[in-house]
Amino acid sequence: MDQNALAVELAGIWKRFPGVIANSDINLKVTAGTVHAIVGENGAGKSTLMKILYGMQKADEGTISINGNELVFSSPADAIEAGIGMVHQHFMLADNFTVLENIVLGSEPKSGVKLDFAKARKQISDIAAENGLAVNPDILVSELGVGDRQRIEILKVLYRGARILILDEPTAVLVPHEVDELFNTLRDLKKEGLTVIFISHKLDEVLSIADEITVIRQGTTVGSVNPHTQQVSARDLAEMMVGNELPTPQSVGDTIREEVVLKVDNLSVFAKGGKAIVDDISFEIRAGEILGIAGVEGNGQAEILDALMGIEVSTGTVHFKAEDISNQSTRHRRELGIGFIPEDRQRQALLMEAPLWENRMLGHQTREPNSKGFLLNPRGAKADTKRIVAEYDVRTPSIDVLASALSGGNQQKLIVGREMSGDPKLLIAAHPTRGVDVGAQAAIWDHIRNARQAGLAVLLVSADLDELIGLSDTIKVLLRGKFVADADPATVTPQELGTAMTGAGKAA
Amino acid sequence: MNLRRIGTSLIAPAIGLFVSLAATAIILIVIGASVSTVFSSMWNYGTSPRAMSLMLNLATTYFLSALAVSIGFKMNLFNIGVNGQYVLGALAGAVVASNLTLPRIASVTITVLVAMIVGAAWAGIAAWLKVARGVSEVISTIMLNFIAIGIISYLIVRTSIGTETSLNVRGTKLIPESGMLRGVALLDPGTPIYGFFFISIVVGVGYWFLLNRTRFGFDLRATGKSATAARTSGVQSNRMIIVTMLLSGAVAGLVGLPYLLGETGTYSLQFPTDWGFTGIAIALLGRNNPLGIALGAILWAFLDISSGQLILEGVPREISTIMQGLIVIVVVISYEVVRRYQVKSEQTSVAKALEKQEATV
Repeated sequence: MDQNALAVELAGIWKRFPGVIANSDINLKVTAGTVHAIVGENGAGKSTLMKILYGMQKADEGTISINGNELVFSSPADAIEAGIGMVHQHFMLADNFTVLENIVLGSEPKSGVKLDFAKARKQISDIAAENGLAVNPDILVSELGVGDRQRIEILKVLYRGARILILDEPTAVLVPHEVDELFNTLRDLKKEGLTVIFISHKLDEVLSIADEITVIRQGTTVGSVNPHTQQVSARDLAEMMVGNELPTPQSVGDTIREEVVLKVDNLSVFAKGGKAIVDDISFEIRAGEILGIAGVEGNGQAEILDALMGIEVSTGTVHFKAEDISNQSTRHRRELGIGFIPEDRQRQALLMEAPLWENRMLGHQTREPNSKGFLLNPRGAKADTKRIVAEYDVRTPSIDVLASALSGGNQQKLIVGREMSGDPKLLIAAHPTRGVDVGAQAAIWDHIRNARQAGLAVLLVSADLDELIGLSDTIKVLLRGKFVADADPATVTPQELGTAMTGAGKAA
Repeated sequence: MNLRRIGTSLIAPAIGLFVSLAATAIILIVIGASVSTVFSSMWNYGTSPRAMSLMLNLATTYFLSALAVSIGFKMNLFNIGVNGQYVLGALAGAVVASNLTLPRIASVTITVLVAMIVGAAWAGIAAWLKVARGVSEVISTIMLNFIAIGIISYLIVRTSIGTETSLNVRGTKLIPESGMLRGVALLDPGTPIYGFFFISIVVGVGYWFLLNRTRFGFDLRATGKSATAARTSGVQSNRMIIVTMLLSGAVAGLVGLPYLLGETGTYSLQFPTDWGFTGIAIALLGRNNPLGIALGAILWAFLDISSGQLILEGVPREISTIMQGLIVIVVVISYEVVRRYQVKSEQTSVAKALEKQEATV
């Protein structure tokens, strides 16, 4: 094979959405038979670019060439036809089907009208053997872990004849040893002559697997580096990504006071079948303390937060200061001074089709400045919304626009500003800076830190381990609904934390 | 931005009216009638003082019915049972009022309260079923409509509540004149405008105030826009369902009163029983907004009243029913189209405004 043949070439790609320019003048060259990483911040336009390459969206301008032929994709079917396969971040598998059935789903091998499973089985085991993807084809997908599911997704696209694989943040859901396995698989695929496009914002991983790295910033390609020939560190890449010096969350001094703000004893949340999602956990947070919860998503974080807010049914006791609030309503808890930044902002924290100032009231509708007695006070709410917009740098032309008109990061800034209003005593926050740009992230950290100085207690859940380590005074590691370890943020590294999150060493 | 929002919300009903007029014209041509004569005769009759009085009176009823429906709609609660709620409310009101000999203001107040309480109680059954048993309010309210009609027939035909009010018509005992609210002759000396016309304006203003200026209204609207976000904000959904359903039923209880106290003075077996469904259509037309509902109710009443003219022109009066149906369908579709356009255009204009801001910084 020609050493320098280009598997994919994108030239001058533009894509505008209402409200944002997702891609502007993107140029990308991917050499055949390599692993090519695309890195950029959340919202930099990586996913849009890949959707364009996979035919899910049409570029406004620009050309796509595959193996030297200029093509136009009007649907994923065209992209598949051209040998492109996509492994989505969120797996698209049917739980109650076997591995084999999932792989053939949508392109079933037929002999006459009958499904030819024997043929499919043979084909799949061939592909699996060639690429070192060991799976049992007859097991139900529901019995498999995340790493195995991802392998099935990869097999699925290979089965459809893909020679160019797009992996959208494949490591986001994996624990470290699964990441290693994935990387071994990718190296095998490369040996077979396949091309892999690898989207990520985890720079250490990118440096360890990629043959070439393209950096995207604010919708445009800002440069490419070859880690084999160029000396490049994760920090260099990060600075290319954000375009300036990196902020790091820095914990300042000891602000922890005597007073216990939140005391949780034997909290459990059960799923419908009776399985404990949150399993008998206890902890306390003092005034001026930030307690971080580390854990792979889906280990019970969301349920803990919802239980603390009284949204989810739970057992055990919760004390806020001296008051037992275990059986109190969500509204009462909020009125006591508990701010809440939920995980899913569009579902839980916003009225998308209401103006910003009405969103300012949400969750605070019983308190000043939003209401007096039973009456609303729109004037007060509007004035305070303007304050939040200014203090938290919410980019909006007016407070009368609908929440849906704002970008995700600006929605998040509004929510953080709202929940920090009214002098809260406790802030329960999930991913407070998710989707927010770097400058605003630093500002949100400052706001949280200042409030902590003044005695705010914070329960922080974050997938961003740097944020967690940088802000927290104490870190607890959550695994399958239980705290399995404590970590000292002064000494722990993200790698150690990541290992603890998977229960490695404990389970073995 | 706001002016534009209002402008775009007027587009939908305008399109609805235009399309339905055009379609009606086509139907008229197909059946061989003269389009201009039919329309002008409807218009000429509909704008006469007598017809306008009749129209406002009928619109009063429709307006109250649509308000009752839209209180539920605002939080995605579908009260299809306005029919059952108002017939029971009107019957109870008629029975009580016919036994009162009090000054008008006291008698009417008591009648109104009784009708509202009975309407609310009937709606409360559906609310309880939904909260305690998870029964869809759509199903239960429809069933309760049938039950209400059955109960009324039984009471009037089989018990002493019903008497022979006129030849072969059984109904409740006549309400004494002091208990009636016939209204004032504003436009046409022979056709007074119901007292309830003015009461319904008060109810409309109250509805607007409750929804837009009170905490309860905010909770209600928030629940309608996003049940999950409302719950996270501290709204107790079961409590909201019950209170909203009771309110909707209470307003529904008023629907029969303009006609009862302004016209018949008795609840007979000939009392209309389907104004609740008209209310659903008008609530859709008016987009749950009291002003929009008022306009929708007047338009609907106009088509009802002036449809009598169609027969004189030798055209089946069902033409006006077709028009009403067309208006609702076209308006509902164009509302959705306009809404999507609004969200899109707002996103675009926000983006543009921000680009400009950034450029000037």
